Amino acid sequence: MKMKKHFNKRKAMLSFLATGLMIIWACVAMLPFAFMFCSSLKPGEEMLRKGLSLTIEPGVSSFSNYNALNTYRDGIYWHWYKSSVIIMVLQTVIGLFFGSMVGYGLAMYNFKGRNLIFTLVLIVMMIPFEILLLPLYRMLIRTKMTDNYFGVVLPYLVPPFMIFFFRQYVLGLPKELLEAGRIDGCTDYGVFFRIMVPIMIPAFGAMTILSGMNSWNNLLWPMIVLSSNEKFTIPIGMGTTITPYGNAYDVLMPGAVMAVVPIIIIYLCAQKTFIAGLTAGSVKG
Amino acid sequence: MQQVSKRPNKVIAFLTSRKAVPYVFVAPFIIYFLLIYLYPTISTILMSFQRIDGPTVSTWIGLSNYQKLFSRNFIQSLETTTRYAFWDVVILTSVPLIFAVVLHSGLVKGAAFFKSLFFIPALTSIIVAGIVFRLAFGTQDTAPVNALVTALGGQPRKWLMFADTGNLALIVMTLWRWMGVNIIYYLSGIQAIPTDLYEAAEIDGANPVQRFFHVTLPGIKPVLIYVITITVLGGFAMFTESVALWAQNNPGGVGRTIVGYLYQVGISKANMGMASAVGLTLLVLVLVVNLVQLVLMGFFRKEDA
Repeated sequence: MKMKKHFNKRKAMLSFLATGLMIIWACVAMLPFAFMFCSSLKPGEEMLRKGLSLTIEPGVSSFSNYNALNTYRDGIYWHWYKSSVIIMVLQTVIGLFFGSMVGYGLAMYNFKGRNLIFTLVLIVMMIPFEILLLPLYRMLIRTKMTDNYFGVVLPYLVPPFMIFFFRQYVLGLPKELLEAGRIDGCTDYGVFFRIMVPIMIPAFGAMTILSGMNSWNNLLWPMIVLSSNEKFTIPIGMGTTITPYGNAYDVLMPGAVMAVVPIIIIYLCAQKTFIAGLTAGSVKG
Repeated sequence: MQQVSKRPNKVIAFLTSRKAVPYVFVAPFIIYFLLIYLYPTISTILMSFQRIDGPTVSTWIGLSNYQKLFSRNFIQSLETTTRYAFWDVVILTSVPLIFAVVLHSGLVKGAAFFKSLFFIPALTSIIVAGIVFRLAFGTQDTAPVNALVTALGGQPRKWLMFADTGNLALIVMTLWRWMGVNIIYYLSGIQAIPTDLYEAAEIDGANPVQRFFHVTLPGIKPVLIYVITITVLGGFAMFTESVALWAQNNPGGVGRTIVGYLYQVGISKANMGMASAVGLTLLVLVLVVNLVQLVLMGFFRKEDA
């Protein structure tokens, strides 16, 4: 009895320490957002003078600062926003379509060359995409696709990481579904779109967020392809407001908040499916 | 008339035949592989031996690009990248693992809440988050990091002016952003370990540390290999993080990575041949490091395949 009590005390202590560690990191994880939000409410000169702030001061802080987004270079921020959204939607929708298709094909069928193709997928995942930038850029110049949204998404239409993920996911599904569908008179494509895709929803959820993240955050390739200011994405555009000679804080901080908020809202709505999907399909061998 | 309507039927019949179906499913990847990977890779190799004077004009110049490669700027970017990649792998594989183990231990109240909260930084754009980190590591004594260091009894520094403290800022930012992602990868591996293995170990008298090294670690090996591999790749190919902290073409070149150098030479200076040589150096570096890592981790040993 006495020993058990001692044990419980020790466990409570450990639990306290463990939860404390998590709380500390939770603060670290959220701190930059707090800085971002509080600073976005302050006028640009205030930022220049005092740097980042963690306070909301009545009289100084106000949302009127966000008006800079509409006035800075004739509201170019919203053009950047539109570009980012268009590229994200194009890249994610097409990527999900092809990625799920190929991953499904590799997992569901046994055919000649399957192992070779899967090996190629793995090799491609190991090559840093950055080294392909220049020849791809040259290809775009030749086909006159520079400064074009389609040129930006072109290299991401059949994403290897999605193929890998969907393959892992489909490997865990019962193969009998294919036979059952065929008996019901579906073609193999019908089985995929009508039976399999609905079962794969958690995987689609996880991949939508990962792909959206990648696209929203992508800097290097869009920066190479896009050249007109109003076609820039948020990262490129925001990058142009940071220079060694001074930063446009009026637009930087509210712009940063506006770029973060929609993604976080989508994530909070979908996070259960997302984390479950990511865990179910992730690397198991 | 009949002939015209018959042909598409034949095509459809072929496309829906058992033999053709799997190939239709994987066809997008085959096209993509040839167009987006194989052709550009061959093209990069060829370009590294050429001088490129326009989209269609190029001259063969042999090894000249490689001879000119080892300039001061290139060596500096190589150092920056290697230093970053090393610490990236060390910190980003170990710290999230500790957190994942603690989260899985059942000692933490509200583990699911923390798991989703830790993921949020990964959703933000590095450029956007980088603005805050840039200011946090600012030169003024009142900048957040300097204020914290002073409060802990240290000296304020000009963090982003020097290679080693700049690297520290990069690692802090990377850890902030990727912690939640790696925790989820690790947790998926830990959850897949059968619980009776732990029970057996406990009966054998193994303490928690022994259980970690003899049950958890071997159990998550595939996940660990995956995390290390992508971290090596991400570490050596890092670019956006450095742009976020230093902007482009910063004086002195502190923080300029190999990819940053590649961009500068290939796009800003339009010397594509030289930039291709830089790119191939990066490719060889990543492949060698990952190969060594995979051999050390025993990835190619038969029993693990």
